[in-house]
Amino acid sequence: MLRTLGRQIWKYRAYYLMLLPGIIYYAVYKYLPIYGIVIAFKDYDMLAGIANSPWADPWYKHFQAFYESPYFSQLLVNTVLISLYKLVFGMFPPIALAVLLNECRVDWFKRWVQTLSYMPHFLSWVIIYGILIVLLSQDSGIVNQLIAEFGGNPIPFLTSTEWFRSVLVGSEIWQNLGWGAIIYLAAMAGIDPTLYEAARVDGASRLRMIWHITLPGIRNVIVLLLILRLGQMMDAGFDQIYILYNIHVYPVADILDTWVFRTGLEQWNFSLAAAVGLFKSVIGLLLVLGSNSLAKKWGEGIW
Amino acid sequence: MVRGLEDKIFNAVSYTILALVGLVTVVPLLYVLSVSLTPYAEVLKNGGYVLFPKEITFNAYEKLLSNSAIPRAFQITIFVTVVGTAINLTLTALLAYPLSRKGMPGRRLFLFMVVFTLLFNGGIIPTYLIVKATGLIDTVWALIVPNAIWSFNVLVMKGFFENLPEEIFESARIDGAHEWRILLRIAVPLSIPSIMTIGLFYAVGHWNSFFAAIMYITDRSLFPLQVVVREILMMTQQPLENAEDMVPTVTMQMSAVIFASLPIIAVYPFLQKHFTKGMIIGSIKG
Repeated sequence: MLRTLGRQIWKYRAYYLMLLPGIIYYAVYKYLPIYGIVIAFKDYDMLAGIANSPWADPWYKHFQAFYESPYFSQLLVNTVLISLYKLVFGMFPPIALAVLLNECRVDWFKRWVQTLSYMPHFLSWVIIYGILIVLLSQDSGIVNQLIAEFGGNPIPFLTSTEWFRSVLVGSEIWQNLGWGAIIYLAAMAGIDPTLYEAARVDGASRLRMIWHITLPGIRNVIVLLLILRLGQMMDAGFDQIYILYNIHVYPVADILDTWVFRTGLEQWNFSLAAAVGLFKSVIGLLLVLGSNSLAKKWGEGIW
Repeated sequence: MVRGLEDKIFNAVSYTILALVGLVTVVPLLYVLSVSLTPYAEVLKNGGYVLFPKEITFNAYEKLLSNSAIPRAFQITIFVTVVGTAINLTLTALLAYPLSRKGMPGRRLFLFMVVFTLLFNGGIIPTYLIVKATGLIDTVWALIVPNAIWSFNVLVMKGFFENLPEEIFESARIDGAHEWRILLRIAVPLSIPSIMTIGLFYAVGHWNSFFAAIMYITDRSLFPLQVVVREILMMTQQPLENAEDMVPTVTMQMSAVIFASLPIIAVYPFLQKHFTKGMIIGSIKG
């Protein structure tokens, strides 16, 4: 038994050699950090390092500190709310765009709209922040200059707690409108064309065909994506928020990730930050596993 | 008859909406470009904003490039994008190929090792501590090594390799080719379009990368483009005198935005097909 296993391994030795760099990478930069989570249960001391730092007393000290701090509910509410807003407001536009593109019979026009609308997906949040400044900032933004021209008061979109979440949701929709439509378009391409033929013979209008053929045809994909997005609820968009936010909007924009980043890497409070990070990862893991098993029931899972 | 009319209305509405979608994407970028090129004199004369400048000036770009931070950041970003993508692709292919072949003992375990990291990871702080412990802080390698392999791309590339016809491998093996040769001479060349697509995503990731730098780099001379551009965007607007050759802060800022996005915008239309293909394959796999 062992001999045959040994012979098998020897037979595939070239494969193991190929795997080696990847395994080393995963061991060091993916799995050692998972071991590093222990500092959430320790009082991390930079000189002592991860292994030799003393254990926290009691072990849940940092979790308790976080739970009792005013940040707990604020961060949780912001994280979940921003995710939810993005989910709710961001879901419909790509579907609508995909339907319209699918109905478009003028090929060059369709290609142009696709090319343009996919592009923002490849722009970094720094670039989008620049675009938002020139559109929305209080002193130089064109929107506010137009408001002033019509006699209104300038609106501090980027620094007001009332507007900031709308800016987050709006810019996210702008970035992913076209890109999000791709998957629905691919699903629509798989709909049996004889269905449309039959409907046309029966005299159905295009709106009716969209309602009775196209949308039901992509229903599974819509539900699947929705479920999978629910699994990502704890990720409200770290990059976007960190790059766009500022101290004025912390009360409505600070999420778990941004707080962990500041607390750990700016205030050097590693153990507390790691504890909050772990809290987030565990909830995130549960959500993903839950949503995947739900998705599997619906049809197909993520792998 | 009624159907003809309904069709016309439908077309009118849908084409209008599609045109609006196109405009909403492109107009903000054109406005950024316009701001970056508008001479201050014209802004003053118009009292605020100019949509279409009558004259254009490259003053802001000259000022931007005369500041050594931007050219240096540009070099760093180019280096990270080129070298980083090469490393990404090499390591991803080396991992994906054996995982795509059946029969190797331990294959499922290694596959699990990759997939698990998509579900759970150490998080920001422990990852930072490990990167620090491996001595990468304040080196350009901190921008490359900690993200050398994206698990998702391993799964996508593994899917490509799995779809190659098995007979090719068999006949190569019968001809006595060893596994490295099969990988380099058969599997990789046959998957070039797919590998290119994955390479594009890695490259865009490097070009746009921001977080690795603010986490691991404190030495300003190593800042990549996105970080420097963000710093420029954080500058507050300077009150301007009425000197006509002044470059207002916002003009400078927008020239930086154009500078940092131009390579993407210039390359993107030609490669869009590959990106889209990658997205579709990725979502079927994923």
